[in-house]
This record gives sequence, structure tokens and C-alpha cells, in this order.
Amino acid sequence: MRRRRLFGLGAGALAALAWPYRRAAAKTFTDSAGRKVDVPDNVRRVFPAGPPASVTLYTVAPEKMLGWTRAPSKAAGTFLPQRYANLPTLGRLTGRGNTVNLENVVKLAPDLVLDIGNTTATYVSLAERVQRETHIPDVLIGGRLAETPQTLRTLGQLLGVSERAETLARYAETVLREVTQRVAKIPAARRPTIYIARGPRGLESAVAGSIGSEVVDLLGARNVVGREAGPHTIVDVSPEQILAWQPDFVLTIDRRFHAAIRTDPVWRQVKAVPAGHVRFVPDLPFSWLDDPPAPNRLIGLSWLGKLLYPAAFPQDIRAEAQRFYALFYQQEPTGAQLDGLLADRPA
Amino acid sequence: MAVAISVGPLRIAPADLVRWLIAQTGGRPGPLAAPAETAILQIRLPRVLAAVAVGAALSASGAVYQSLFRNPLVSPDILGVSSGAAFGAVVGIFLSLPVVGIEAMSFAGGLAAVLVAYAVAAAIRGRDTVLVLVLAGVVIGALFGAGIGLLKYLADPYNQLPAITFWLLGSLAAVNLGDLASLLPAVAIGVVPLALLRWQIDVMTLGEEEASALGLDTRRLRIVVVAAATLMTSAAVAASGVIGWIGLVVPHLARLVVGPAFARLLPVSILFGAGFLLVVDTLARTIGNIELPLGVLTAALGTPVFLWLLAFSRRPAWS
Repeated sequence: MRRRRLFGLGAGALAALAWPYRRAAAKTFTDSAGRKVDVPDNVRRVFPAGPPASVTLYTVAPEKMLGWTRAPSKAAGTFLPQRYANLPTLGRLTGRGNTVNLENVVKLAPDLVLDIGNTTATYVSLAERVQRETHIPDVLIGGRLAETPQTLRTLGQLLGVSERAETLARYAETVLREVTQRVAKIPAARRPTIYIARGPRGLESAVAGSIGSEVVDLLGARNVVGREAGPHTIVDVSPEQILAWQPDFVLTIDRRFHAAIRTDPVWRQVKAVPAGHVRFVPDLPFSWLDDPPAPNRLIGLSWLGKLLYPAAFPQDIRAEAQRFYALFYQQEPTGAQLDGLLADRPA
Repeated sequence: MAVAISVGPLRIAPADLVRWLIAQTGGRPGPLAAPAETAILQIRLPRVLAAVAVGAALSASGAVYQSLFRNPLVSPDILGVSSGAAFGAVVGIFLSLPVVGIEAMSFAGGLAAVLVAYAVAAAIRGRDTVLVLVLAGVVIGALFGAGIGLLKYLADPYNQLPAITFWLLGSLAAVNLGDLASLLPAVAIGVVPLALLRWQIDVMTLGEEEASALGLDTRRLRIVVVAAATLMTSAAVAASGVIGWIGLVVPHLARLVVGPAFARLLPVSILFGAGFLLVVDTLARTIGNIELPLGVLTAALGTPVFLWLLAFSRRPAWS
């Protein structure tokens, strides 16, 4: 009994704290999971629930961000306007376990909690729980790469920044349309096989169809780690299996592995290595491949498209990166920064 | 072992393999393509040897600990060695160290955990020494386990966390010739003293006081045994990650076959452990295109055996 009363008091205190923000609710918004959420007319303070939400939110409305799920590293921060790079780390509200206390969320008094990514039952129930316990509206928006324009527009409408979101969405649409059209003309036989190497020994990989493989999949390349792996996203692979697969290209997100691959006696037998078809995926300020799965991957589509099909993707990737960074991150990279990104050399 | 070397994702006809072997021993280049030769020499051979060595190390450590602590539920990580080694590796991954650094951290972590547990037990006098040692080990192990939890919590969820998770599940996929250079000597250095001291360890199973009364320096023997088992287990965990159950179940299987006498238990445990892990690892790398985690496979196979033993074994293995 006593415990229940204490709990009641706590819930009451939370509700009291949340009260003023709840009152501001003015419009009903239907999120990607089909949930109807009351949100304030003028959203000014947004709490991103995870890394995809923080990066997507950053591209659309950085001025409304309360902080990052994980603040950008020092190197990443140089690619962003300083006032945004210096925003605080908030922690993760959904996904693999919370790292933030709900009370701290309430204390920050956001108008909205934003989660972008999966809209499966797990995430719906998490959003419902956060909303019930904090009385702060929690909106869930889908985040697949192919639906990026829609994600951006939805977010723009939600946050009252439709104009900027529309500009970004048009860019995303163009990139996606170009990729689809160009790839459709490439016969299956000329589509290369790719292995995505993760982990210090390059023996972890993202399965085809998983979030970590979306850029590769959209480009029509065949990820050697097929879908038969089941519901996994990242799996362990034996070096011998890679010898058997003989991928045409190896992409890696791990600097240690990238530095070691050319001298490794096993990897030298994988044809991509002597052919020079090994690339370190640029990862500043956010990875061009999947870290996190957000609009940062759009430039990865252009980059990998050019790498795999140089004839079909004639654009200058340097100029494209400059345009993308200026548009999405609101800061043009310097020449030296672009050199560093595209040098295929661990920074 | 020959079977294990001849199977794998890269299809190599057995006849070609034999012809290649004959050519190799004659010093001539064999009839195999370069990738196949690499697969055999750089991947399968180290992996098969590592499976044998790790299986032997874990089951030998388990057997000797079960005898030393006179408790059938003891496994090699009772003094915290696995937790310490896992913690060391996780710190290495967290700090983005190169692979060699991760393995060195792991090895050092295993040794450190047991050293701390032993120091704590030595500092507390006047109580049941073995009990205090085991309790200290459990507590230190739990502390390192909490450290792992904290680092997983802080790790970058896209790059570091999957790497940590895979490492904790255990795998021999990444073993190469360089790893063997540290693993094999460590296991050899650990097994030899156990083999030499097998009769004394047998006496220890009578109990601390009885063994002392029979003129055994129980303290020194315990230090030697713990050092040997820790060395082997740390090296095994550094090479393969955490692989459960072998150290716990295999000695029991051996005991069912040859009884509790340590002099016979040790070689049979080593044989069974090496064979069991070799079979499991061969399955892990051949069942599908992707690797199955060893920790999962050993537990899936080991659990029913262990429960069956608990329920039906009436052999007085501990008298």
C-alpha cells in the first residue's frame, strides 16, 4: 500500500511538472505508426529519442534541438556550426535500453519527444510509455532510406519548418530517383558483389535488407551476406566464407581493419584487395553508410554509386559532397576537410 | 582433426587435398588454387588447433578446479578469470585498440582478476581458506561483470556495441597463426604442472586437513594449480572470447567414464574437451554462411547433458 501511495505521489508530481506543456496541445498529428498524438501548434523544443532522430532533426531544424543522443566527436564537430556541435549529450530514450532518466526529460520540458526509425510494436509501446509517464507527446516517424523525402516532409510539417524540409526532401528525391533510374539500366550481370566489413577484424557484417545495408541494397549491388541469415542485422562471418564469396568490393567502417587489410595474408586472397576495390567509408560528421541510419546516407548513395558504376554516375563527388554538406549540415566543408573525407585514408 | 580441416565453405575435393599434402611434404607446389591453400594454412589449420587448445585448456581447468574446490558445480571462471578477461577485451574494444591490444588487455584482465581475488583471500585469515577464496573470486568476477555492463552502456551503439556483443558470445572465426603463437605455449605451460602434480591433486580431493595431515603443502599446491588454470583460461578467453559450459560439463562427462580419480580424469577431460570444442566449432563454421556463436552452441548442447547428469547421475563422484 505504502509503495503504491508513493508511486501515486511520484506520478502526481510528474503530471504536475508536465502540466503547462500539456496545455499547449493544439493540433492532432498522425505519426508513421498511425498513432494520433496531440502536439503543440508551435514546437520549439524537441528531445530526440535516439541517434537517427537526432541527426534527422539536426538536418531539418537544428535550432529546435535540445541536444544530441551522443554529442559529435571533436573531429565530427568541425563539420558542424559550433553552436550546434556544442549542444549537450542527452542519452538514449528508446531502443537498446534507456540511458536517460524520464525525470530528466520532464525537467528539460520539451514540447515533443521525437523518435525516428523502426515503427514496430516494440517502438510503438515504448513511445506510448514515455508519453503516458511524462505527458509529453512522443511522435514516431519511419526512417527507411528509400522513404527519406517523406520522413523529412513529415518532420517539417510537425515542427512548422515545411519550407526547409521541402528543400531537403527535394534533394533526397532527386538523389533517390537518379539512383533508381541509373541502376535500373544496369544489367544484373554487371552489378558487383559487396562485403561490408565491420569490427576490428572486419569479420562482422550487415545482412542484406538490414538497415546497415540499405545504401548497398538501393544501389542494386549484391551484398554477399544474403538474407538467409534470418532476422539478424549484424552477423559474424568466417574468413574462409569471405574467400568463398570473393566479393568485388569491400567497404569498411573500421579504421583498424582498413589499415591492416592490405598486408593480411588471408585478405590478400580476396580479389577486391589486389584490385584496389577496398574503401573506407567516410564517417564525418556522420557515416555515409549507416551510423546512424538517417539522411547522412544520401551522400553515401552518390558516393557508392560512382564507385560501383563510374560510367552511370558522372557527377563530381567532391562538388556533390560540398552541396550536400552545405544543404543538410549548414556549413560548407573546407577543401582540406573534403580531401580528408575522400582520401580513403584513415584520418 | 583431418575431417575438420577438410570441410569448410570453400569446397576442396579430398583427393586434391591429399595430392596437395603429398606435394607439400615433397617440397613441390601443390595442385591447389591460392585461395584454397590460404584457407587451409591460414584459416582452417589455426582454427582447428585453436579449438583443440581452447577446449583442452577449459576442460583441464574445470577438472582441476572441481577437484581442488571439491565442488561439482565449479567451472574455470569461479575465481573471476573469464569476467576479468572479458572486461579487459571490452575495455580494448571501447578504446578502439588494435586487435593485438584487445587480446593483450583480455589476457591481462584474466590474470588481474584472479590475482585480486587471491590477494583478498590471503588477506582474510582465520576462516575456511577455500570458501573465502571462492567467495572472493565470485565477488571480483561480479564486479568485472558490472564493469562490462557499464562499458556496453557507454559504447557507441553502431560500431562498438556489436563488436562487444560478438566478442562476449565467443568465436574462433578470427583466430590466425599469430594467435596460436601465444595460445599454444600458454596452454602447454598450464597443462604440464597439472599433469606432474596429478597425484597430489588427487590427495587434495580428500579435503584440506586430510591432505595436510598426509604431509602435503596445500597452500603451495593451491597456488600452483590456480596459476596454471588461470594462465590457460586467460589465454583461451583472449583467443576465443567467452565460451561457456566446456569447463563445467566436460569434466563431468569424463568423470562418468573414468571416475573421480584426478590422475585419470585430467587426460580424459583434456581429450573430451578438445574433441567437443573441435566438433562444435566445425559445426559453427559449416552449418550456414554466417558463423554461429560458440557460446550459444556449447550451451545449447551442454545444457541438456548437464541437466541429465544432475538428475540421473548416481555415481558417487565426490566421495
